[in-house]
Amino acid sequence: MVKITIDGNVYEVDPKDNLLQTILSLGLDLPYFCWHPALGSVGSCRQCAVKKYSGEDDQKGRIVMACMEPVVDGMRISVNDPEVKDFRANIIELLMTNHPHDCPVCDEGGECHLQDVTLMSGHNYRQFDFNKRTHNNQYLGPFINHEMNRCIQCYRCVRFYREYAGGRDFNVFSSRNRVFFGRYEDGVLENEFSGNLAEVCPTGVFTDKTYKQHFTRKWDLTTAPSICHNCSLGCNIIAGERYGTIRRIASRYNGKVNGYFICDRGRFGYEYVNSDQRIREPLRRGQASGRLEPVDRETVFNYFKKIFDKKPRLLGIGSPKASLESNHALQMLVGKENFFAGVSAVEHQLTLKAIQILKEGPAEVPSLRETEKADTVLILGEDVTNTAPMLALSLRQASRQKPMELPIKMNVPTWHEMAVLELMQDERSPFFVLTPTETKLDDIATAVYRNAPDNIARLAHAVAHYIDSAAPEVENLSEEETELVKQIAENLLSSKQPLIVSGTSCLNESLLEAAANITRALKKRQKSPWIFLTVPEANSVGLALLDEKDLNQAIEKALSDSYDALIILENDLYRRIEEDKANKLFDAFEHVIVLHYLHNSTTDKANLVVPVGPFSESDGTLVNNEGRAQRFYQVFYPGDSVKESWRWLGQIITGHGLNGRSELSKLDDFIEALVRDFPELKAVKDLAPNADFRIAGQKIPRQSHRYSGRTSMNANVNVSEPKPPEDEDSPMSFTMEGYQGMPPSPFISRFWYPGWNSVQAVNKFQIEVGGALRGGDPGLRVFEPQTDSDAPYYTRIPEAFKPQKDQWFAIPVFHIFGSDELSIYTPGVAELAPKPYLLLNQKDAESFSGEKVNVLLDGKQIELTVKTSSSFPSGMVGIPFGLPEMKIFKFPNWVKISG
Amino acid sequence: MERPLTQHIRPGETLTITDYQKHGGYEGLKAALKMSPKEVQDTVKRAHLRGRGGAGFPTGLKWSFVPIGDDAPRPRYLIANGDEMEPGTFKDRLLVEGNPHQLIEGMIISAYAIQAEIGYVFLRWAYKKGEKIIQKALAEAYEAGLLGKNILGSGFDFDLYLHTSAGRYICGEETALLNSLEGKRANPRAKPPFPQTSGLFGKPTIVNNIETLCNVPHILRNGADWYKKISLSEDGGTKIFGVSGKVKKPGLWELPLGVTLKEVLEEYAGGMQDGLKFRGLLPGGASTDFLTEEHLDIKLDYAGVEKAGSRLGTGTMIVLDDKTCVVGMVLNLEHFFAQESCGWCTPCREGLPWSEKILARIENGQGKMQDLEILEGLTKTLGPGNTFCALAPGAMEPLQSALKYFREDFERHIKEQRCPRRS
Ligand SMILES: Cc1cc2nc3c(=O)[nH]c(=O)nc-3n(C[C@H](O)[C@H](O)[C@H](O)COP(=O)(O)O)c2cc1C
Ligand code: SF4
Ligand code: SF4
Ligand code: SF4
Ligand code: FES
Repeated sequence: MVKITIDGNVYEVDPKDNLLQTILSLGLDLPYFCWHPALGSVGSCRQCAVKKYSGEDDQKGRIVMACMEPVVDGMRISVNDPEVKDFRANIIELLMTNHPHDCPVCDEGGECHLQDVTLMSGHNYRQFDFNKRTHNNQYLGPFINHEMNRCIQCYRCVRFYREYAGGRDFNVFSSRNRVFFGRYEDGVLENEFSGNLAEVCPTGVFTDKTYKQHFTRKWDLTTAPSICHNCSLGCNIIAGERYGTIRRIASRYNGKVNGYFICDRGRFGYEYVNSDQRIREPLRRGQASGRLEPVDRETVFNYFKKIFDKKPRLLGIGSPKASLESNHALQMLVGKENFFAGVSAVEHQLTLKAIQILKEGPAEVPSLRETEKADTVLILGEDVTNTAPMLALSLRQASRQKPMELPIKMNVPTWHEMAVLELMQDERSPFFVLTPTETKLDDIATAVYRNAPDNIARLAHAVAHYIDSAAPEVENLSEEETELVKQIAENLLSSKQPLIVSGTSCLNESLLEAAANITRALKKRQKSPWIFLTVPEANSVGLALLDEKDLNQAIEKALSDSYDALIILENDLYRRIEEDKANKLFDAFEHVIVLHYLHNSTTDKANLVVPVGPFSESDGTLVNNEGRAQRFYQVFYPGDSVKESWRWLGQIITGHGLNGRSELSKLDDFIEALVRDFPELKAVKDLAPNADFRIAGQKIPRQSHRYSGRTSMNANVNVSEPKPPEDEDSPMSFTMEGYQGMPPSPFISRFWYPGWNSVQAVNKFQIEVGGALRGGDPGLRVFEPQTDSDAPYYTRIPEAFKPQKDQWFAIPVFHIFGSDELSIYTPGVAELAPKPYLLLNQKDAESFSGEKVNVLLDGKQIELTVKTSSSFPSGMVGIPFGLPEMKIFKFPNWVKISG
Repeated sequence: MERPLTQHIRPGETLTITDYQKHGGYEGLKAALKMSPKEVQDTVKRAHLRGRGGAGFPTGLKWSFVPIGDDAPRPRYLIANGDEMEPGTFKDRLLVEGNPHQLIEGMIISAYAIQAEIGYVFLRWAYKKGEKIIQKALAEAYEAGLLGKNILGSGFDFDLYLHTSAGRYICGEETALLNSLEGKRANPRAKPPFPQTSGLFGKPTIVNNIETLCNVPHILRNGADWYKKISLSEDGGTKIFGVSGKVKKPGLWELPLGVTLKEVLEEYAGGMQDGLKFRGLLPGGASTDFLTEEHLDIKLDYAGVEKAGSRLGTGTMIVLDDKTCVVGMVLNLEHFFAQESCGWCTPCREGLPWSEKILARIENGQGKMQDLEILEGLTKTLGPGNTFCALAPGAMEPLQSALKYFREDFERHIKEQRCPRRS
């Protein structure tokens, strides 16, 4: 710690950050543009100027940029010196010479860092009376709007896009006051993190195009803290609503999980919530019509009553996209023995395996954000950009970890962005990508290895064996492979923080076992390795912790036992299992009850459809891939028909006296019941204060104090203002009334602070800038690895993959846009999803004449366009997973091709 | 009077390697190779050679910041800055076109002093003739074993390449030069770290002006004491001074540092053309403050010009006469600087075009009195330390001094709503 003096006050600070960051961490205000805590300092905007004095006698001082100043002991500076205040106002005046001042029609207005800084700098009278320069805007795809005239040239966008996120199709062009930020020509932004431009850009140049289509000002949004449901990482998001539709998703800073950013699937994949496929009232299949027809709530309860009159046996199928509370409620209703996870056997087994490996240790499990600190990375099987996108962004940062040693050695501060990049040049951390398909991290890889999943597992097992000869040996590796094994092993051994990444997407258990073996071998060699495993869905881990039985078992059970009704929770079984299997299951039931928010093939089979809320209209808890339980809160009240699944189920349980044990009406009741049945999930109870929590007797408002139109919003329908809905599930209100100060971190529904209307206000919510949120980052692990365990090696080494003469080994290929069930409802996501194809090795493809081939899959013939890759393993085919035009097949599988 | 740099240069001719060697060329190199690198550095330090690129930084001292121990990073680079896009400056062109081997010898010695293994001559895009001359001279030097491996049997290796700039003024700023050599945008870098520790491709690098490097062979050949003695000043050696504008004999002359301004103007440039009166001059290129009548007696060395409120800069002067409009002159300069701003930092990128627009308005007879305040404000906001590099503060020097010395010219433009010097 060192002592510095700011405007006469002495502060004790840690000198690790630059002066600007230090000043902000102290809670003081200093305007800035080009600096960003995740990107670093470049000193270009000149907005963060302060006076620095050289000694006790220096009265005059000199202007320096705080973001470029290291903090040193005894430093004396002034933020409020009149000359430097003038200077900061002059900088704004200069920026404004070319800024269009079009705030009223700008989507950034009201949450604009440029507006805030302009006000903060005190500049208001403009002397520039010439024409302004103008630019043409570009079409950048379905997600991001471009309005270049508003640019203040802070260079943040290009630094984020190229250096931080690794994008290549965006840059800064031209020079002087004509600098232009965009693509070399109109076109869809290629990077999967492009949506962050809307938050990184301090002005209205880059804004969210989906938001624009149903725009409302930030202050008019009703917002709640939520969790992204679009993959297993559980990035924290803020969802905003007005007039019953979700208007946008923004990233919600979590110092442990997603940091400042989220991926484009997470940001833009929300529009299913507003879809015309939404189910907003109970539906019952009419006996005469055979179609689903709207009914009232009572009919739902009566339907259940009739079933319950017969003392029925119910079979319940849960969902990896639904909350712990909803899954557990179904489990309570049908009984544990009759509850099954709604995922295929192979997927469920792999998830259970992943959990077992994480729990057993001895490897530590980093959080998503912590993976950035790994200095050697080995990826086994997983194309993370497409299966767990934000992990790709974190690993890209990890690739800078090792080369960062040079600037540190040379006393160049790590926040000195350009100097650090200059010293690093093309140096990267040892980084190995072992996957069947090409990945978007190949560009930073030390070596890539393209092969069949079994062969990747074999190579990985060999790495474990190289590190510790007690690990099982792998025979018959090629010379090249042996060389790669050695290279990987030596790098892992010499690294400070090795990280092994794998996951379930290759549907290959050996891969997970090999990943575990490597960490166990490293532990034997006195290393403290990290392991990070991704799983299929947002609550795959939570569901697996509730029940080990899978969908395949459910079908067997349904066919062998006699059941009266099937209840399916927020799940489309046709996306989980082959069509004929699903059909078989439905055929076995007279009563099929589906709780869902969207029409789909499963609701088509339902006799009764219960309208439930998606994440926007529900509270609940998810457990992410690392075992972190996180709470999401209902954003708005959707009317009286749509309820959380757990609430519907709770009412049915209570209505039939099935609960016997407790009250089941509010979220807290369900959490209580969950924790009682699953003591290992007790952290779920501690995630956030319960619904009774108040600050100074008040609730925490979901609406800002500037929320407008409240008394008139619905005046065209009814002039008397309706009573606002109550929220009995959380300490948050659906109104603007309540505690106006900073809420506890789990209840942050917007980053706003007096004078800080943009997302930059997040600084004020952190203990220190870039660190944990005040009161700690929300989310708690439900299990921790046993780091002192002596878990034995897995000993099963798979056979080497052998291409076969007349059949091909099919694996699923995942796409950030296209493979996920719900995000595809966003028109932009659908636009960017690939058309169905068949991936083949280039040489293999030569044996087929046409562009299209016929593939025999699960006994069905489909025609697919051939896509080739020179590195995709021979003897295999890749089939895009989950595209709406395609059915779900059994993977991995052998298929026949003709054509 | 000694003129080591230019005495063998004849207008329109280029010294071949044999010509150069006949006049003692590459003797300095031989002397240097007998010394340790540290001794070469010390010799240059003792000679009081200061950088001729504009900032006047002591050359030997700059070299001494390069880490050259066994565990120091490699390769190290030496770069000759021949971007020379400063308006009014054409001295490096003379040196390149007239005696390329002098530069090459200077570079080999300097490279030896900092143990650099790779060198670049970074040449202005427009110097097409110089480009060919350097290429030929490089071939001659390689042929003669003066470049490449094991130079003159010394065990020292040095490869030298020519790189022609794409033609931006900012490429002359040494860190922007490094970025552009790396193929990046020509934006300057923040210092520290200095190029001496993290320069080209993040490796230790020295950037010296071409004229600076041309002095080095003579120092090594004749010794530091001789070098100090040929100057009339604390600063060692001679300097190439230049005069452009409406003088009788515009041109370049190599003169001892410390000559008076008057001497250069009157004796060498022959005084003003008939019928014209001297009003002022920019002493060291476009980015230096005006000096006027009252300063004619100052000594032309780094301290002398600074005391008068300007900078020696490149030592190439632009003279303003009484028939030329000072507003128009400054407008022309600010137009240049605004064009050449790299666009990285706010004050320069936005401030220079604004100053240009205001000057144009004044020159065109539409100025307002308040414009002068805005201009004055800009000269402060764009001052040293406030911008990311020295381009903008340099651009403000002629403007701020014009406002100081020739304020009535500006005021008359505004009051009369026309340029008084245009009929
Ligand atoms: C805008 C700008 C342009 C410059 N152009 C040149 C140039 O063309 N040639 C040059 O030698 N130095 C130029 N310099 C100075 C260089 O940055 C650097 O100080 C010089 O090359 C160092 O050489 P020296 O130590 O030998 O003087 C320029 C500086 C600035 C700020
Ligand atoms: S577009 Fe936005 S982020 Fe990019 S330079 Fe301009 S203001 Fe900065
Ligand atoms: S990485 Fe996953 S959890 Fe995070 S924003 Fe993207 S889809 Fe959502
Ligand atoms: S002062 Fe700023 S904008 Fe101007 S050239 Fe230097 S870095 Fe570029
Ligand atoms: S924030 Fe410091 S110069 Fe831009």
